[in-house]
Amino acid sequence: MSNIKYILGSFGDPDEMMHGIDKLQENNIKIHDVYTPMPIHGIEAKLGIKRSRLDVLAFFCGLTGTASAFALIYLTSVVDWRHNIGGKPALALPDFIPIMFELTVLFCAFSLVGAYYASTHLFPGRAPRVMDLRATDDRFIIAIDAKENAEHSVIDGLLKDAGALEVKYNERKYVSYE
Amino acid sequence: MSGHKESILREPLITGQNITYSKITSDILLPVENKPNRAWWIGFIIALCGAMLWVFAVSYTFWFGIGSWGLNKTVGWAWDITGFVWWVGIGHAGTLISAVLLLFRQNWRNSINRSAEAMTIFAVICAATYVVSHMGRPWLAYWVLPLPNQFGSLWVNFNSPLVWDMFAISTYFSVSLLFWYTGLLPDIATIRDRATGLRRRIYSIFSFGWSGNVKTWQRFEAVSLILAGISTPLVLSVHTIVSMDFATSVIPGWHTTIFPPYFVAGAIFSGFAMVLTLLLVARKVLGLENYITMFHIESMNKIIILTGSIVGVAYLTEFFIAWYSGSEYEQYAFINRSTGPYWWAYWMMMTCNVISPQLLWFKKIRTNIAATWILSIVVNIGMWFERFVIIVTSLHRDYIPSSWAMFYPTWVDVSVFIGSIGLFFTLFLLFLRVLPSIAIAEVKLLLKSASEQAKLEQIKEGHLDKEQVAEYIGSLDKFDSVKQEEYAKI
Repeated sequence: MSNIKYILGSFGDPDEMMHGIDKLQENNIKIHDVYTPMPIHGIEAKLGIKRSRLDVLAFFCGLTGTASAFALIYLTSVVDWRHNIGGKPALALPDFIPIMFELTVLFCAFSLVGAYYASTHLFPGRAPRVMDLRATDDRFIIAIDAKENAEHSVIDGLLKDAGALEVKYNERKYVSYE
Repeated sequence: MSGHKESILREPLITGQNITYSKITSDILLPVENKPNRAWWIGFIIALCGAMLWVFAVSYTFWFGIGSWGLNKTVGWAWDITGFVWWVGIGHAGTLISAVLLLFRQNWRNSINRSAEAMTIFAVICAATYVVSHMGRPWLAYWVLPLPNQFGSLWVNFNSPLVWDMFAISTYFSVSLLFWYTGLLPDIATIRDRATGLRRRIYSIFSFGWSGNVKTWQRFEAVSLILAGISTPLVLSVHTIVSMDFATSVIPGWHTTIFPPYFVAGAIFSGFAMVLTLLLVARKVLGLENYITMFHIESMNKIIILTGSIVGVAYLTEFFIAWYSGSEYEQYAFINRSTGPYWWAYWMMMTCNVISPQLLWFKKIRTNIAATWILSIVVNIGMWFERFVIIVTSLHRDYIPSSWAMFYPTWVDVSVFIGSIGLFFTLFLLFLRVLPSIAIAEVKLLLKSASEQAKLEQIKEGHLDKEQVAEYIGSLDKFDSVKQEEYAKI
């Protein structure tokens, strides 16, 4: 038994999986992570995942975009190289607004997605850390660290009671990659 | 959350019985995981010929210059900008479906957003190539960027809508690409975990190591929502700025404040028409009738009636204001549009955009696939003529009658346009082969609440209001993918 690293409860139904999480937590069994083929609402509260702060970051990066656009236009067409266009004012704020808006969106979107990829470790070519290959297809997987939780038979029973179709004992953490 | 029951009064978004999560995956990945069928090859070869025609015609333009187009000193913009605005407009539906409908929690977007967003990206590529090729010296295209004076030109003129447009289109393209690709990650991971060998390696690189754990999904939803929130004003701003390319000039017929809302409505109108043109064929050829249902088709047709009518009101308002303004130049521009040498283009636009979409008020027509498909193409023809009318008829009669001219396209103009359609379809057909055409994860979300089988189960449980059940069953009549016999018993 000592070679087992992770115990996986494989569910075919998201509601049964949620029930499984409740059951495990009632018995003080710590859940390593849950892998699902689609977003399941309410699961993050159960697993104590904190609220994302990406929105705050996006807001401030958006403001940086606004300021950068204004700085660019101001420094080029007001300070550095003033054009006389029919005697109209060089600091024509209404004309600056479209670009200020576009750069707000651009900075906001790129920093948001960049921060998301960085915080969840997504980047091209990263080795996928998959515990069960069906977790991206039709199975909802609860992963439990086998070393931290010694009573495997209890876990097995709880998972099966909650409706797990299958309980797997993985000797390797990630099955996906050789 | 996923266990809640949706009201029986809402029509199902997934039809068919015995649909499971794994069946959704297999159905959607069918074209990706198997060799293409004959229909795909025929379409692809035709599209590829078009794309090659595009390469040839654009190279010819680059080599011999803009003189190879039919432009003259009076009509300086014609098919090029018509094509540009047409393509950008088509692109708008993708963002509308993915962003605006997400904000409004319209779940029916889930099965059409992916291909609509792909369409956006390919349409903007087609539009951007027009911009580059109409510059005359495309190798100096980077001059539109704000570069320091040492590069040989002055700073760009930030008061010019053309510069705004450069910022708008490039922001729009890159943000749409981010939005689309981030949404694709879970689905690429699905393909990866089902594939073997080289395919797995390739999809593995592009999946960015997606594992589908709780935190990634939770952040994914937060990111999607924020991107939708910023893409909504973005898409409105893009076509507003495109319209300002015209509206801020002092050409009679262009110089109107109604242009921004009118262009945006027109863009959504033509974009949804293109989505229908593509998806009505794709759902049949790829066998996706259970996911892109008659409800989706009807909903899109309703948006087409709405936006088409807004466009119609805009045409009439424009005409009224031209008269009401008392400006004889403005009045002449409009009289000339409808009765001058380009009267046929004007009436083509009026018929295709204002009159024929009104047929969609009839339920029989908007739930008929053949009729819808034909109307969607009619709308796209009409929207092309709209841009042609706005651009060419406003320009071709200059202030001095001695500089009045007509515009006649050359074979290069025609080839660039037909070629751009070929390029668009080539990209779209390749997309259907290598990436899932429906957002798999998002459709799975609907299975337990909004599918036909879930609703049938609710009916069988029998605690529902009889009248509501009858109404629901009545609404299923129009669906071509529902087996009506199932309901005859109830």
